[in-house]
Amino acid sequence: MTGEVSRQTVITVKKRRPLETLLYAVILVVSIGVVGLTAFLIVYILIQGIPAISVKFLTTAENPILKTVGIFPSIVNTLYMVLFTLLISVPLGVGGAIYLNEYAKNRRLVGAIEFATETLSGIPSILYGVFGYVFFCVLLRLNVSLIAGVLTLSIMVLPILMRTTQETLKAVPQSYREGALGMGATKWHLIRTILLPCSLKGILTGVILSIGRMVSESAALLLVAGGSAMYMPRGNLFEQMSHSGSTLSVELYRYAMSRGDNKTAFGIAAILIIIVIALNLLTRFLAGRLNR
Amino acid sequence: MKGNTEIQKLRTEDLHLYYGDVHALKGINMDVHSRCITALIGPSGCGKSTFLKTLNRMNDTIPSVKITGKVILDGEDVYGKNVDVTVLRKKVGMVFQSPNPFPMSIYDNIAYGPRVHGQKRRHELDEIVERSLTSAAIWDEVKDRLKKPALGLSGGQQQRLCIARCLATQPEILLMDEPTSALDPISTSKIEELIYDLKKEYSIVIVTHNMQQAARVSDYTAFFLLGELIEYDTTNAIFSSPKVQQTENYITGRFG
Amino acid sequence: MMRRSYENDLNELHIEIIKMVSLIERAIEDSVRAFEQNDLALCEAIIDQDKTIDDLEKSIESKCLWLIAREQPVASDLKKITTGLKMITDMERIGDHAADIAALTLRLSVRNSFADSGHIPQMAEIAVSMVHDAVTSYINTDLELSKETRRRDDDVDEYFNVIKRELVSVFRSNEDAIDNAIDFLLIAKYLERIADHAVNICEWVEFSVTGKHKDAKVF
Repeated sequence: MTGEVSRQTVITVKKRRPLETLLYAVILVVSIGVVGLTAFLIVYILIQGIPAISVKFLTTAENPILKTVGIFPSIVNTLYMVLFTLLISVPLGVGGAIYLNEYAKNRRLVGAIEFATETLSGIPSILYGVFGYVFFCVLLRLNVSLIAGVLTLSIMVLPILMRTTQETLKAVPQSYREGALGMGATKWHLIRTILLPCSLKGILTGVILSIGRMVSESAALLLVAGGSAMYMPRGNLFEQMSHSGSTLSVELYRYAMSRGDNKTAFGIAAILIIIVIALNLLTRFLAGRLNR
Repeated sequence: MKGNTEIQKLRTEDLHLYYGDVHALKGINMDVHSRCITALIGPSGCGKSTFLKTLNRMNDTIPSVKITGKVILDGEDVYGKNVDVTVLRKKVGMVFQSPNPFPMSIYDNIAYGPRVHGQKRRHELDEIVERSLTSAAIWDEVKDRLKKPALGLSGGQQQRLCIARCLATQPEILLMDEPTSALDPISTSKIEELIYDLKKEYSIVIVTHNMQQAARVSDYTAFFLLGELIEYDTTNAIFSSPKVQQTENYITGRFG
Repeated sequence: MMRRSYENDLNELHIEIIKMVSLIERAIEDSVRAFEQNDLALCEAIIDQDKTIDDLEKSIESKCLWLIAREQPVASDLKKITTGLKMITDMERIGDHAADIAALTLRLSVRNSFADSGHIPQMAEIAVSMVHDAVTSYINTDLELSKETRRRDDDVDEYFNVIKRELVSVFRSNEDAIDNAIDFLLIAKYLERIADHAVNICEWVEFSVTGKHKDAKVF
């Protein structure tokens, strides 16, 4: 009798838990801070940058004689870089990830490669720049050119694409593989019909991260692709690619650091933000179409 | 005795399997009879699932596995030299423990197997889809939403879908690895009923942890323990008068 | 060891069955003694006791059914429970017959005539021993004893025929004794039935081990 009574717990005592409340407050402040800071940054850059943007700014090259500024070549260079780098790195990265996750039998080798890619994605980009310069520009005689830039960027984003793809492949339930193989599907059929569609989202994340990395890259590209955007694109694609040329970030760096032209720099920054947002939306859209 | 006119469909001869250093199957000799349901029972880790997977070479994907002995299917050795695993798995289909429909439409799930094996004609695929879903007793429930994602079905429906998907490749043997262990009792009894109906056309080998299920659905029962086939007999004999004490202890729940 | 409560329930069932067999064993022994010694008080006690036996039967029956419903026993467990379920019917009949004999003894005592019980005591002795041995063979799961016990049924049947002939001659010679003779015949018949039920119990004991009932494989 007494035992039972003593076991009854009264639940109508509201306890204060100060730590809980404090943590909640901290998290709230931090979240608001992060979102606010990002929004502030974007708004600030757009406000500062938009006055510099004009049709002429977007459609011409810089003309030192007339003292006009224009970033058309840089926009084109940036888009080229992104496009060609993705064309090279996505098949390689996704293919590599598929190999590592689905085919490779030697667990130790896989582990080593995974460790290597993780390390590679962490090293400063200027090292890629130095490597790219020595290997692509000098050794392979590609000179300082967009193509050398594309190749260097490809190496740079490869680890990102591989890691993200591999993570999503790992997340695909083993039961899908069993199910498909159990019906006699070959490995390639399994990859094509189930694994790739399932990991599309992860690949997409990798692509978006990679685009961010490419667009924001300046130091390495200064080394391998050059820092000039004085000329309007000329000739065929191959000729354009073998020329040196700067991307928007490189231009941004040049205007802000070498010339102290902050107005133009903000203009470029605004364009960069718009391009990144546009590319992300486009990638999502394409992936959505592909999924169907 | 439930015994039908018994034709031997599949036979294993001195089958051993090693996972690296672990001796997981120790010389299994067993016959699977045609158009009968054979239940494999035994405690976890006794090798029954492993044994099931050797029958359509699903263990091939595990690198450290080594197999000796023979699995004779209609007179051919499953582990023989010129065996096409794709064709083998078409002939010996498998249903897994938890329902694993692919993240695609109901239709595409069923058509998956036939497509793997080269069937592309729309009209024939339509026919296969309807026939398979009907055989798996789920056609009426899904016929109006064949284009909807299979993952939207309930667990029990998903498992019947997976059975239908398996039937779509027109197998001769169905291997089922605890097909109802993730399902509620009503779904379970639907699947059991389905299994019983499928016996008319297929030879079925089912791994189950549910002794009552083995007793309910099967014609033959095999009891595995520590990688050995301890006793194999008609289900009636196993559940009334098992000959080996270990079997008796297991089926009466006094294991240990 | 797994399934402790199941194990406990099975043990409890076994203990109750043993309790019931001891009760009917005593009932039949008592009723024979009451008849032989014309012990009317004992007769009353036996008739009262029959209620206890009936209650015990219900209780065992219910235990068996619950065990089947809850535990879905198979193999030897199912045989044991089935044996219990079948045996208690025979045991309950034995209890009834013991009470019947006691009731007849009371009726005979009113007429105060126990002169010619003839071979009934000898017959009763065998019947009692059969019940005793059937019970023992159940408790010890002793198949040899059970088979031996079953064979004794022929002796009982033999005595029944002897007693019948004796009583027929009584009918012919002494019309006043016809009432008594009929009661004696009934007692003999009850003893014969008791022996039959003892045989049934033996058969169930054998089933609980072999799964065979009267030489036919039933489980």
